[in-house]
Amino acid sequence: MSARNKELLNLGFAALVASAAFASVSIVGTGLVSTRWLGYVGVIFGLYLVAHVVARFTVPYADPTLLPLVGLLTALGLSVIYRLHPEDARRQAVWVAVGIGVLAATLIWLRFDYRVLERYKYLFGISAVVLLLLPSVPGLGHRVNGVKLWVKVGPMQFQPGELAKLFLIIFLAGYLRDKRESLARGRLKDLGPLLLIWGAAMLVLVQTSDLGSALLNFGIFLAMVYAATGRVLYVGVGIALFVAGSAALYNTLGRVQQRVTVWLHPWTDERVYCSINGKLEYRQNCDSYQLVKSLYSIANGGYGGTGLGKGTFKTVDGTQLIPYLNTDFIYSAIAQELGLIGAAGVLLLFMVLVARGMRIALISQDGFSKLLATGLTFGLALQTFIIVGGVLRVVPLTGITLPFISYGGSSILSNFVMLGLLLLVSNRAAATAVHR
Amino acid sequence: MLPLRRCTVENGGARLNRQITRVAGLAMGLMIALVVATTYWQTWARPALAERQDNEIQRVAQFQIKRGLILSPARVLARNKERRVQSRTFYFRRYPQGRLTAHVVGYSTAARSRTGLERSLNPILTGSGRSLSSLVDQSLDKLNGKPIVGDTAVTTLDVNGQRTALDALGTRCGAIVVLDPRTGRVRVMVSSPSYNPNDVETNFGRILKIKADCTPASPLLNRASQGLYPPGSTFKVVTASAALDSGRYTPASTFVDPGYCTVYGKHVNNFDTSRPFGTVSLATALQFSVNSVFCNIGLELGARRIVKQAKAFGFYEPPPLETPESERLPSGLYRNGELYDPKRDRNVDAGRMAFGQERLLVTPLQMAMVAGTIGNGGILMRPFVVKKIVTPNSKVRDHTRPTKIRRAVSPATARDVGEMMVRAVQAGTGTAAQIPGLRIGGKTGTAETGIGGSNVTWFIAFAGIDGQKPELAIAVVLQNQSLTGGATAAPIARLVMQALLTPTANP
Repeated sequence: MSARNKELLNLGFAALVASAAFASVSIVGTGLVSTRWLGYVGVIFGLYLVAHVVARFTVPYADPTLLPLVGLLTALGLSVIYRLHPEDARRQAVWVAVGIGVLAATLIWLRFDYRVLERYKYLFGISAVVLLLLPSVPGLGHRVNGVKLWVKVGPMQFQPGELAKLFLIIFLAGYLRDKRESLARGRLKDLGPLLLIWGAAMLVLVQTSDLGSALLNFGIFLAMVYAATGRVLYVGVGIALFVAGSAALYNTLGRVQQRVTVWLHPWTDERVYCSINGKLEYRQNCDSYQLVKSLYSIANGGYGGTGLGKGTFKTVDGTQLIPYLNTDFIYSAIAQELGLIGAAGVLLLFMVLVARGMRIALISQDGFSKLLATGLTFGLALQTFIIVGGVLRVVPLTGITLPFISYGGSSILSNFVMLGLLLLVSNRAAATAVHR
Repeated sequence: MLPLRRCTVENGGARLNRQITRVAGLAMGLMIALVVATTYWQTWARPALAERQDNEIQRVAQFQIKRGLILSPARVLARNKERRVQSRTFYFRRYPQGRLTAHVVGYSTAARSRTGLERSLNPILTGSGRSLSSLVDQSLDKLNGKPIVGDTAVTTLDVNGQRTALDALGTRCGAIVVLDPRTGRVRVMVSSPSYNPNDVETNFGRILKIKADCTPASPLLNRASQGLYPPGSTFKVVTASAALDSGRYTPASTFVDPGYCTVYGKHVNNFDTSRPFGTVSLATALQFSVNSVFCNIGLELGARRIVKQAKAFGFYEPPPLETPESERLPSGLYRNGELYDPKRDRNVDAGRMAFGQERLLVTPLQMAMVAGTIGNGGILMRPFVVKKIVTPNSKVRDHTRPTKIRRAVSPATARDVGEMMVRAVQAGTGTAAQIPGLRIGGKTGTAETGIGGSNVTWFIAFAGIDGQKPELAIAVVLQNQSLTGGATAAPIARLVMQALLTPTANP
């Protein structure tokens, strides 16, 4: 069976699972068994069919699991968002549609050779820094929750950080492909441009206190430098820098201290100073309110979960228990309603996606493709780890999105570009194997 | 043929792959860590998190259960009110009898948790802890989207009696307990001031504003089983029982009353020192509540013997009842706020203890048990307020059978002490409790707190038709009284007994 036929079959399976999710949410939500949800599933998978057809023409040999996996993740995200905030789900569906459009555009634009990107590596690097600086530009920047991460143009607002991450990966893949031999030999002179662009990006991120993205980009950088050079020393120096930087941030930014305290001691038996209202409160009712409520939500799921649509996210009088439930904390909603079985299943989907991405890196023929696939895939894994790990109290919580699932347009768009690039890389790798 | 550009260094590809494999391993490791962490929270940590006070999810879950009703034999005491909030059905509690049964039934709210039977019977009312087959039904219902329906509790309370008792108390602070001494069935249990449990969730301010003839008014306190009061002369029933059971005294034993008694060289006065009784029998001493006689008996018997007799009546342990244990306090000697069980006779002033002083603190429920035991021929029955538990499909799951706790005094002692109490009502301190046609034995009590006009007054009694076993035992306690128990508590006891024993009253 050809790769694309496998993809079509997989999409069918994904649609089946997604249909069950939508049906459950819809039936519990309305108390009626109706077929309205079928329309929803139809539209979403119609879009994926379009993507599939585009893939048939542009990347016929590409990995057949990527598109169905992403389809399943976005559909699951949509059904959970629909269950939490039906209004947001409609908007999210539009974003998925736009994302698939962007995916198709990426595939069509780069169908002959995506490696042209390598030529513009410095452009991508500098653009990344500029993108990150955009929210700080007066008149453009838009503050959400005290952090300037958004750019507002007319009615549109987006987070340039998401796109900047992709640009940085492309820059790193191109630059490291070029200089990895000399870097591996220890020619530190070649580190210059690398540290300049990447350092500028980090500075901007830290300055805007977008710590989640800073951590993500730092991790991607180290992973790609290691993959390219194999020098543990660079990683060691990087981690040393990270520790030093973290210590400095901890001492200068109250926000960082608070996050770490919440992470280490979310519950207190005595009332402690509460930075939100300036009074003495139990920490679980103040700084760590969100985290603690989210943990209760996860724990409530147990093995089998409450069932999609039947979880408890509101108090008896109808107030929301967990703020940012459909963005940063969507995992705790999934964990409650789908239980350990479902949550582990979602993580397994990510794992398969990561495994396929890494496999693409391994079978690719040239350094740029290998590093690009490695960077994109590791970025996906690390981003998932940072947000889900934060929600699970494995690491301090920093608000970033769960790829393909969280509500948010910028995140969906950049993740679809990432999917496009992975499809392109895998198509070339597989085609090479076929034609050799 | 696609344009191919081979890797610049052929063996470099292999090296890159080795490094990529390691990065891939790290990525997979991160994912596995997430699975492990999720497992931890959803399995290991789950029970501990479910029990946390600030875990609203558990609270919300409780309100999606259709709680069982709480009934009296004739009325609904607690029912459910459905409210749909965003496609979910919640069941909130309503209490049709309002303040009449507030303290025994308690409340179940989202904001202030639960008290009373709503708290102690929560597992039954929410349908947890059922047999396996009904658990299977329950999970099927859950899959069908039906709410869990709890079992219904039928209490023994007499709502009309509750009303009479509360009305009789009026604005006074105090409590009334009425038992059936033959079975232990609680017929009336009220505490004054009472409150409207329907206000707890929505209008708690109104409860805080309740005023009565005492400060603080503490309307939420169930004085009937949680209120500790000095028993005053009602304790003489216990002392008399100990005295007769010891075999050293008979009702005819005579004493000389000088109007006081000497304890450790000090005078302990009668309530009314102006009128010493002279030579009196034990029976007369109980009839007229002569302190000096009981003081001397106490000194003769010793503290431990009296404590032993008190324990036989149920002192020193929370009275057994279905209400939460925290709402039932044990009676006995208290030292520094804690129950004190003397190891030696000389640790306690037995003379004062014998007539109800010396840091004795008792609950009205306990004193009703004492009066009931005397009336019931010396046998202490286990008090109960829940008659039966009925499943949603009307099957009786549990039926309370009257249980004997123990024989507290010999039949002869019970008969003799009972006779003395009857004389106290016929022609003694308790005449205000007389009801024509009924045989009533009672004992008054007036505990002075040292502040004028703030006496704790008592009346305990058993009552029934002459020639039959008494049908009820009552304890009435009042706070902040300026007169004696005979003048304040006995008339109230009479009103309540009349309401319960007159055939026209509702069953």
